[in-house]
Amino acid sequence: MTDTQQTKIQVRNLSKVFGDDTKKALKLRDEGLNRAQILEKTGQTLGLSNINFDVREGELLVIMGLSGSGKSTLIRCLNRLIEPTEGDIIIGGENIPQLSDKALLHCRRRHFSMVFQNFALFPHRTVQMNAEYGLEIRGIAKAERAEKARNSLKQVGLDGWEHAYPSQLSGGMQQRVGLARALANDSSVLLMDEAFSALDPLIRRDMQQELIELQHRMKKTTIFITHDLDEALNIGDRIILLRDGEIVQIGTPEEVLTNPADDYVARFTEGVDRSRVVTARRVMRPVRATARHDDGPRTVLRKMSENSLDSIYVTDRERKLLGILEAESVEEAAKAGKDTIRDLVVTDFPHVGPEEPLATLYPMFKGKSFPVAVIDDEQRLLGVVVKGAVLEQLAQTGEH
Amino acid sequence: MDFDIPRIPLGDWIESGLDFLTTEFSGVTRAISRGTQAGINLLNDGLMWLPEWALILLVALLCWKVGGRRLAIGALLGLGLIWNLGLWDPMIQTLTLVVIATLIAIVIALPLGILAAISDRFYRVIMPILDFMQTMPAFVYLIPAIPFFGIGSVSGIFATVIFSMPPAIRFTTLGIRQVPKDLIEAADAYGSTRSQKLVKVQLPLSLPTLMGGINQTIMLALSMVVIAAMIGANGLGSEVWRAIQRLRPGEGFEAGIAVVIMAMLLDRLTQSFSGKKKTK
Repeated sequence: MTDTQQTKIQVRNLSKVFGDDTKKALKLRDEGLNRAQILEKTGQTLGLSNINFDVREGELLVIMGLSGSGKSTLIRCLNRLIEPTEGDIIIGGENIPQLSDKALLHCRRRHFSMVFQNFALFPHRTVQMNAEYGLEIRGIAKAERAEKARNSLKQVGLDGWEHAYPSQLSGGMQQRVGLARALANDSSVLLMDEAFSALDPLIRRDMQQELIELQHRMKKTTIFITHDLDEALNIGDRIILLRDGEIVQIGTPEEVLTNPADDYVARFTEGVDRSRVVTARRVMRPVRATARHDDGPRTVLRKMSENSLDSIYVTDRERKLLGILEAESVEEAAKAGKDTIRDLVVTDFPHVGPEEPLATLYPMFKGKSFPVAVIDDEQRLLGVVVKGAVLEQLAQTGEH
Repeated sequence: MDFDIPRIPLGDWIESGLDFLTTEFSGVTRAISRGTQAGINLLNDGLMWLPEWALILLVALLCWKVGGRRLAIGALLGLGLIWNLGLWDPMIQTLTLVVIATLIAIVIALPLGILAAISDRFYRVIMPILDFMQTMPAFVYLIPAIPFFGIGSVSGIFATVIFSMPPAIRFTTLGIRQVPKDLIEAADAYGSTRSQKLVKVQLPLSLPTLMGGINQTIMLALSMVVIAAMIGANGLGSEVWRAIQRLRPGEGFEAGIAVVIMAMLLDRLTQSFSGKKKTK
């Protein structure tokens, strides 16, 4: 995620007060009172206070918080299912809170598709007709919308179910219909309100994985609400943490986990499965020495003893990793008076990409003495992960 | 204790109000009267044109389609009995009045019910009016019907419509308001206009409830159409009325049983219609 990415939505100074004297509540807020004090004094609930963030084009942004943190209010303010009290939400040059009813209708149709916690499928419509809904109300011709709906149903793996009614489907399949309805609409932003929270854990995991794949494939800007940090860390490119209607931290999953903004965030991250979040890049160590493929056995042995290594990686001239050498075999070659190590190189050695989570790495250590090499797309050696480093990271779970 | 508080002339006020309406709007009432009478005649003649056995078979077939074999057998036996008792013509007249009164009631009730579902203010205005309409003794509606539309079936329909309309309004409102909030949110989130939301989401989802309201309206209409015999509405009611005047309990019960058979058939038929919609 680089800063050169285009901004899709800008949210500035967004606040929401539930109650009829919103001005008073906001004034008290500006005087420094907190949510509970304002509720006590005025009977009004400060749902959101001074929210500022950008949504970048093509990212999957997770807004996470416990119930009552204002996350549902926030996502509904974006498409004005809930009227914001003050602030700006700018998308495509339009400021949503200031749109007329008609312009709002237009804006919703063009920019937003929404997926709901309890699916909110229309029970009297078939799967196909549910998927067509957004297009139908926009007045898209029948053939075209049928085609688009079929495509999006295929995307979520529901081809063949077009004529079923939602009540005939399982929860996971129903939410796929919800997703297909959103995708068919071809809007620029996907809003997902606790979309997987009603599903059981196994299906949930599958859906998360599918969403990640779908999102990478389609590059659709997605805002995902959840109360589940594991889910947030698993799917989010970036995470916004909300508490009592305020943002406490914005960052990548790793930033949130390894560098929590305050105790509140730290408490969240307790008990998180770090093995799914911390990546190989984070725990790898630089390689002290490598052998070149045209080195002789004695040179290699000296490199190994100088760096007290049992094994050594072998690279070619372009620093591409070829394999690994074990001390015993090199020593034998040296004793036998050979002048090349080429045929000693073990090419079947554990290696991963830098973004691989520890969960994938851990099983690689079972019964093998080799460390795990971390290599980039061009086969170049970036670093090495030893068993101890992985165990050390996993041991931090729940230490906050 | 004899305080000299003058009696409030509530009755006089109502009467002068009704007088005003009858004289000022006589053109309107006469037009309504003519239109309704034409409708009654058309439907009545249509039903009478069919031979009795043909109509019985048609009804039984319909019952079989929507309600199953038992209902069909019931229809065959029940209608056969009515034919046998020589109450066929009055039964058709009553059916005509019920159908027309129900149609008018639904045409008026549907938009009012929708309005009450959408607008809280209208809801607060119309609910007490509906309470009034339903708790007022049904006979009272017969009296103003006469100056408006004269003695006869049209007056009967007027009173019947007023008496039977409230449940149709209530159930329409209820049905629309019962549509789950998240479905309304979904409709809004995708940018539905108010009428798209109504036609594509709210009305279809309130259909089972709405059918329940229509069922209630039909039942009330049937009971009122019988009472309306007192102001000259033809049908089974006037058979009962005549039996009362001649003190013939046997004939009275015969006509009464015919009403019961009609009520059961109409009720089961409309119920199985709404039940069918629900499971679809």
